[in-house]
Amino acid sequence: MVELNFARVRPEAVMDLTRVPELREWGTENGRLRVGAGITYTRVIRELGDRLPGLAMASRTVGSPQIRNRGTVGGNLGTASPAGDALPPLYVSDAEVELASVEGTRRVPVAEFVKAPKRTATNPEELISAFLVPEAGGPQQYAKIGPRNAMVIAVCSLGLAVHPERKEVCACIGSAGPTPIRACEAEDFIRGVIEEEGLWESRGELAEAALGRFGELVSEAARPISDVRGTAAYRTHAVGVLARRTLGWAWNEYRGGI
Amino acid sequence: MSQTTPTTPTRVGPGPTTWTPGKVGESDRRPDGVPKVTGEFEYSSDMRLDGMLWGATLRSPHPHAEIRQIDTSEAEDLPGVYAVLTHEDVPGRKVYGMEIPDQPVLAWEKVRYQGEPVAIVAADHPETARRALEKVHVEYGVLDPITDAEKAVQEDAPKLHLSGNVLRRIRILHGEGVGAAAKADVVVRGEYEVGMQDQAFLGPESGLAVPDGLGGVDLYISTQWLHIDQDQVAESLGMDPDQVRLTLSGVGGAFGGREDLSMQIHACMLALETERPVKMAYNREESFFGHVHRHPAKLRYEHGATRDGNLVYVKARLVFDGGAYASSSNAVCLNAATFACGPYEVPNAEIESHMLYTNNPPCGAMRGFGAVQACFAHEAQMDKLADELGLDPLDLRIKNALKPGDRFPFGQEVPPPAPVREILERVKVMPLPEEQEVMGRDLRGLPGGVSNVTHGEGVKRGVGYAVGFKNIGFSAGFDDYSTARVRLTVEDGEPLVEVHTAAAEVGQGLLMLQAQIARTELGVEKVSILPADTRVGSAGSTSASRQSYVTGAAVKLACEGVRERLFERAREELGEPPDGLSVEAGNVVRDGRTVVPLAELLDGDELEETCEYHHRETHPLDENGQGDVHLQYAFAAHRAVVEVDVELGLVRVVEIATAQDVGKIINPQALEGQIEGGIAQGLGLALMEEIQVKEGKVLNASFTDYLIPTILDMPTVKMEVLELADPEAPYGLKGVGEPPTIASTPAIVAALRDATGLELTRIPVRPEQLAGVSDGPPLPDEPTPGGAGYAEVGRLDGRRET
Amino acid sequence: MRLNLTVNGEQRETDGVWEGESLLYVLRERLGLPGSKNACEQGECGSCSVYLDGILVCSCLVLAGQAEGSEVVTVEAVSGDSGLHPVQEAFVEAGAVQCGFCTPGFVVATHDLLRRNPEPSEAEVREALAGNLCRCTGYEKILDAVRRAAARGEDAPR
Repeated sequence: MVELNFARVRPEAVMDLTRVPELREWGTENGRLRVGAGITYTRVIRELGDRLPGLAMASRTVGSPQIRNRGTVGGNLGTASPAGDALPPLYVSDAEVELASVEGTRRVPVAEFVKAPKRTATNPEELISAFLVPEAGGPQQYAKIGPRNAMVIAVCSLGLAVHPERKEVCACIGSAGPTPIRACEAEDFIRGVIEEEGLWESRGELAEAALGRFGELVSEAARPISDVRGTAAYRTHAVGVLARRTLGWAWNEYRGGI
Repeated sequence: MSQTTPTTPTRVGPGPTTWTPGKVGESDRRPDGVPKVTGEFEYSSDMRLDGMLWGATLRSPHPHAEIRQIDTSEAEDLPGVYAVLTHEDVPGRKVYGMEIPDQPVLAWEKVRYQGEPVAIVAADHPETARRALEKVHVEYGVLDPITDAEKAVQEDAPKLHLSGNVLRRIRILHGEGVGAAAKADVVVRGEYEVGMQDQAFLGPESGLAVPDGLGGVDLYISTQWLHIDQDQVAESLGMDPDQVRLTLSGVGGAFGGREDLSMQIHACMLALETERPVKMAYNREESFFGHVHRHPAKLRYEHGATRDGNLVYVKARLVFDGGAYASSSNAVCLNAATFACGPYEVPNAEIESHMLYTNNPPCGAMRGFGAVQACFAHEAQMDKLADELGLDPLDLRIKNALKPGDRFPFGQEVPPPAPVREILERVKVMPLPEEQEVMGRDLRGLPGGVSNVTHGEGVKRGVGYAVGFKNIGFSAGFDDYSTARVRLTVEDGEPLVEVHTAAAEVGQGLLMLQAQIARTELGVEKVSILPADTRVGSAGSTSASRQSYVTGAAVKLACEGVRERLFERAREELGEPPDGLSVEAGNVVRDGRTVVPLAELLDGDELEETCEYHHRETHPLDENGQGDVHLQYAFAAHRAVVEVDVELGLVRVVEIATAQDVGKIINPQALEGQIEGGIAQGLGLALMEEIQVKEGKVLNASFTDYLIPTILDMPTVKMEVLELADPEAPYGLKGVGEPPTIASTPAIVAALRDATGLELTRIPVRPEQLAGVSDGPPLPDEPTPGGAGYAEVGRLDGRRET
Repeated sequence: MRLNLTVNGEQRETDGVWEGESLLYVLRERLGLPGSKNACEQGECGSCSVYLDGILVCSCLVLAGQAEGSEVVTVEAVSGDSGLHPVQEAFVEAGAVQCGFCTPGFVVATHDLLRRNPEPSEAEVREALAGNLCRCTGYEKILDAVRRAAARGEDAPR
């Protein structure tokens, strides 16, 4: 709509999907949540906050109440901006995107769905109908950097999920690369640490050094550029700090503290 | 081109605003408050007339280029397009400008900044107009832009104007200048930089031009100064000023950005060409190209002091980037030079202030006007000096505070009142906000807010102080005046005062102030403020914090004239002795006893006075930079408390405390609003507001990437207001609009330094700087849409058809 | 195209709408309701806030066609026949209005906040109004206005 207001685009046709009730529903399917692409951020926060806390935290950082009342996770997926706030939480939960057309539906892992800035795996005749994601099995976090304290597009961000059920910690960098980036080495490293020290079972503390190394590895995974919103060096630095902090918070929550 | 029938629709605008105002010194419910909360208040962008066309402007995508050819034929053929005009169609003077008419109404031969208007169209729908712009074919020969003010001054730099690239150069020599350096025990040096700030008023430029059918035109417009617009529009239309009548329509904020013309001449040209009303309304992106900005500056300073902290000398070199055209750069250069040392007693000084033409966006007036940039630097220097001397930064300031009778570096004697020491002492003793535990605090009370970046980790608190000052009114020999027409009449048996001025209410509350003065001076409950227009003499600009003073004085003078005639009449008709009469509650009174009701005394007559108030003469600087330059000085001190996440470089301002001398409080609530709002703009400059320009191109012409403070960024403001009367000013008042914006910025930066220990020589301070992360690679040359974090709007040449 | 919608309780129809027009443009330029403001047209400032089927939205981000058959309530309908709504009253009293360009948006957003949360904490007020930019007031008087309006407690939802 912004692009239309500023005459950046003049599409030949525009389809209004807000009236398709199926797109505004969510429910469970084979133990996973199936969330319609037309669910607004406001509804994610209100209705799915306990099941998808990471996505709800990310939704809370999107724009303003006015924007959250209208903006949808499906829209965020379709835009495929590396700065899309909903993307890192979906990446760390290995979400799938459901694409529908008259030919039927197919499901694509989110990391395969987002191809490049503003490019997705959607074919011209397909629409994004839903995303599928497991309910959170453990603590989740989302943190985002912006130069003011509200109403910012992410300079960079980090989504993190602790998955006790499969003994993994997943981290995804936002807005510091052409697409969201899973920090695989950092994930492997911290999984190793937790396993080695038996922390899943003992729910013991994660050492500062391990948190620090985790942050470093996340920084190393970033592939940022410099632009009007921030420099590459800062983005690299900041995602590392966010990774260290969010893992600390999430792990503490797992341990039963705050 | 479509045929049109001449139409001269008449516009019925809002009439006079009538209400019962408070008296001078009282808070008042502003009369435009109700229409503003219901949405009925008519801003310039809200106006409509039957048969109205929409104007639009084609702007240069290049910061510097030759114009080889302009072909409008394809645009003219587009259905719904009524006019396509270029420089060839400007009927009168092809250039305009407040101080120096150097800016083309529509560019010819050359464009000198990105966004410079090249052609204008009128069409039946804004989208038709936009499509027509795309069909205007301009052949440019792109030239290398000059984008560095320091390079513009070099001998071999191409000349952007016939007069060269130096717009103005001022040198002030005071005392022995740097010759006194030997007497200093301690010297501190620093280089500072200020980014380009935007006024970011919320109501974009807009107006409606209506041809009168007789060759003239009526323009309904949001502006800061109707008469200077009228003069410039008439000149470029080749008309007498009385053929171009201007009426102020609702103004959505100004802050200096509406002092220059934007669409005024264009809308009138299109209206006269099409013989139809033409509305022009910029969108937010165009607004960034449609008005001047605050000058970016580089400031090099050297301060010398004795071991016990007395300033010995200041050497300052200020370089301002004026951009492509002059705007009010001359005056900004002067202001900066005269305020370069701050409100301190400096026995010796050498100051150079340079203003240069470049191919960057033109810069001009913004709240604080040259004093802002200088204050950031001199206050940083004072902190540096205090640190070097091991003194408390506030004590160092108090020790060197200016006082009445001292001499400014430009030779003028400091007039009373000049309570620099007092306001510093006030902020010193104001209680600091209690330090609250950061760990586990509600996110909204932490740096980053709900973005959830810290739960208290890395958060450090800092406290900083700054003091600044500003001249009130126009300076340096300008005949600065305002005109007021006041009429006392009787309506429905009740006396009514009508006040008519051309003074622009831009949100600050000037309607209230005029009415309060009329009520106070004429003792009449009901006051009516007529719409501001050019049917009355000039009120001067709503800038330089001058309207309360100058238009306030004009209204007061006219009221006094009316009152005098009332008393004369009372003497003549009732034989009242001349002394001891006053007016209260609609009656002529002596010793608290009613002599005669005004309605009875007037007996159906009206009394009217039109007065001009000219403030006392000021003088330009001489060749040594000496002179009685300014009229009045207003001072404000600020203390900022911040919390910085030192690892991420994110900030929460906890509180701003301020003390300001206002001479006399005319309206307490409006005064608080000026102070709080001014501080918010100072906070913006300290932390986030900058138009980023690369190779002459603006990278962030949108509210997505030009960030202004939100309600989550702005802290509580504690204030103390001093009322030390200026004997020359009406009611002793001082202008209040600008001082809050000046020292709030350096106070916040000082607090950031306190929290982080970093030097922080550039504003706005970016998270990168605060986190101590090196800058990394420079910005890429051509931002590609859709890249990580790139703005989706904000580039004029980024349009595409799909 | 032709557009049918209910605005402020009244059935409205307008013809000749260009498909690219926003709801904001239609309200301002076709339906004679310029109270919703056009400060940024990109959802950053909140000055165009309206209710669309009871939900607070930026009307600049709604394509006019999407509002077909919908119910829109604008700032013009916040005050009733009996005069100003308490939110409006509070904005005038508190001095929360200067240039006023942001005011209609703040009035609608505050109205929405108080109907959802009649007694918001200061942090809640700030978060709820973070999408409404004001350039004049520094927000202090706006916070004051919201506190006053909440204190009246008579804020009946429409």
